[in-house]
Amino acid sequence: MLRKLITSLGLLGFSALAFAADAVAQTEKQATNWHAIIMFCIFVALTMGITYWAASRTKSTADFYTAGGGITGFQNGLAIAGDYMSAATLLGLTAMVYTQGYDGYIYMLCFFAGWPIILFLMAERLRNLGKFTFSDITAYRLDQGKVRTMAAISSLTVVCFYLIAQMVGAGQLIKLLFGLEYNVAIFAVGILMMVYVTFGGMVATTWVQIIKACMLLSGGTLVMVLAMSEFGFSFANLLEKATAVHKLGDKLMYPGALLKDPVTAISLGLGLMFGTAGLPHILMRFFTVTDAKEARKSVLYASGFVAYFFNVIFLMGLAGILIVGQNPEFFEGGTVGAKLIGGGNMVAMHLAKAVGGNMLLGFLAAVAFATILAVVSGLALAGASAISHDLYARVIMKGQASEAAEIRVSKIATICLGAVAIVLGILFEKQNIAFMVGLAFGVAAAANFPVLILSMYWKGLTTKGALWGGYGGLISAVLFVLFSKSVWVDVLGNAAPLFPYTQPALFAMPVAFLLAYIMSKSDSSVAASQEIEAFDDQYVRAQTGYGAASASNH
Amino acid sequence: MSSAMYKRMRANPKFQELVARRGRFAWTLAAIVLTMFYGFVMVVAFNPQSLGQPVSEGSRLTVGVAVELFMFIFFWALTAVYVKRANGEFDALTQEIVKEAWKENK
Repeated sequence: MLRKLITSLGLLGFSALAFAADAVAQTEKQATNWHAIIMFCIFVALTMGITYWAASRTKSTADFYTAGGGITGFQNGLAIAGDYMSAATLLGLTAMVYTQGYDGYIYMLCFFAGWPIILFLMAERLRNLGKFTFSDITAYRLDQGKVRTMAAISSLTVVCFYLIAQMVGAGQLIKLLFGLEYNVAIFAVGILMMVYVTFGGMVATTWVQIIKACMLLSGGTLVMVLAMSEFGFSFANLLEKATAVHKLGDKLMYPGALLKDPVTAISLGLGLMFGTAGLPHILMRFFTVTDAKEARKSVLYASGFVAYFFNVIFLMGLAGILIVGQNPEFFEGGTVGAKLIGGGNMVAMHLAKAVGGNMLLGFLAAVAFATILAVVSGLALAGASAISHDLYARVIMKGQASEAAEIRVSKIATICLGAVAIVLGILFEKQNIAFMVGLAFGVAAAANFPVLILSMYWKGLTTKGALWGGYGGLISAVLFVLFSKSVWVDVLGNAAPLFPYTQPALFAMPVAFLLAYIMSKSDSSVAASQEIEAFDDQYVRAQTGYGAASASNH
Repeated sequence: MSSAMYKRMRANPKFQELVARRGRFAWTLAAIVLTMFYGFVMVVAFNPQSLGQPVSEGSRLTVGVAVELFMFIFFWALTAVYVKRANGEFDALTQEIVKEAWKENK
């Protein structure tokens, strides 16, 4: 029975998030797709124009990290949706509905359910306490140097793993969609990302994400509407025909079966829900709005767009079963039921071609490329701010760095991150990198989230507790993944895994919480009692927003 | 200075009221979402057959699709409800608290 649950959750994590890693791994280079390239060039020209404009508005550190805190709730909602819905969402989830039917819909709900929780329990405190990075919150009343160093290390760990997964996925996808060489694709993504972030900072990154979200929403909607028109816009009609031809038959609309055990399922569910709430590039978006009011609105709009788009994808996947799945043109060798041309994740692309011709296919391919760019830009900015704001300005310079120097460091950091991303992207081309997204979410859930939530909600947290909790969560998450099948066996070639589960969250999160609790409780130093006392003021600020970083004027 | 402000705000009974009311509201909504979501996950795990049944005799729409669609809409509606109340009622109360703390300052 539990298998079904795990199927859902397992696929949610691996197939959807890391789809690019395993499924696209053996893609062949396709014929050069000129429609896609032209449309993508239009996107690049537009975003470059915005970057040029943004560069003139990016003067202070606040401009660079948070667009001066002047983004509206609606804009930020779109940008969050743009940051959250990756190419994996569009391609991987459509493909999942196509092959698994209802299961795909279940995964999408899992992706969505974390957002209301983030709103109810975190959004307003994040905005009221934070300034540039989430370490501002964890280090608010604790030892700045030590806690920020810890938070920066775990942020950078998350960013690096996520970045590698995105880069390798991008290379494979672009090779497939555009017919470009893998290395050309990696360089294109890395260099464009560096240009957006170093010149335009958060203003440009935000607009890249907004434009991309609009393209994704409109492109997806158009494909869905065109596809549904073939079924008289009747869901019942679509469903009847789809179940009639699908190899699962009536089982198409039942929760399916695929994975191993309930522990993995729960672990993955926890990792996704709380990993999302611990991803530095998502958390950073909450500091770009004017106040807590706008922060709440951001989540309202973001979750609205995400929920809407998931339902669009569900319809696209179902329509794909008939429109793509019954058309020999999309199968290798021209036989229905053989391997889909370009691999299983191409359903959305084939569907676009079937209902809207090469123009729509080109548009959707450009959307996928834009999507990758938007996500890596957000990641690079989050990584750069951990280096420049946390490590350089606060830890090394102890708050004495000038704004100009801090911005310079963050730009250098962005270029270094871009270079690292390109090098790692090329090194990992042939590697199985499926574990990296799981690792990124696991570290986010086990190292970032526990300390962050405790610092906001638990008076008793001390520096010692935060450090033990943060490092404990980070190290245990990394070790659990290292000893699991996905690295120990699949990458290192050992016979059997030392740790039986692939998902670390269920085990690493309690380690973090427990260490933070025990070490805080056992800390009887003078500094600790001062930190505990400081919670009262922090609490008032968290609740009222009095003293919160305000928007800079332009 | 700002510590004195925080102290005055904390002493204001309205602050206690804000924290209690908003906290109760947020946790109630969170509990609804978590219960429904994990309840659904449990059904997926232990009684998947029930989700594949049609909502009514001869209907193509299954219980699972209907329930999920409902959750997408309902959860989003809850975020709208929270945002409306927090941005209206609770923010107004917050403004009062800050204003009163300023007045005492003078």
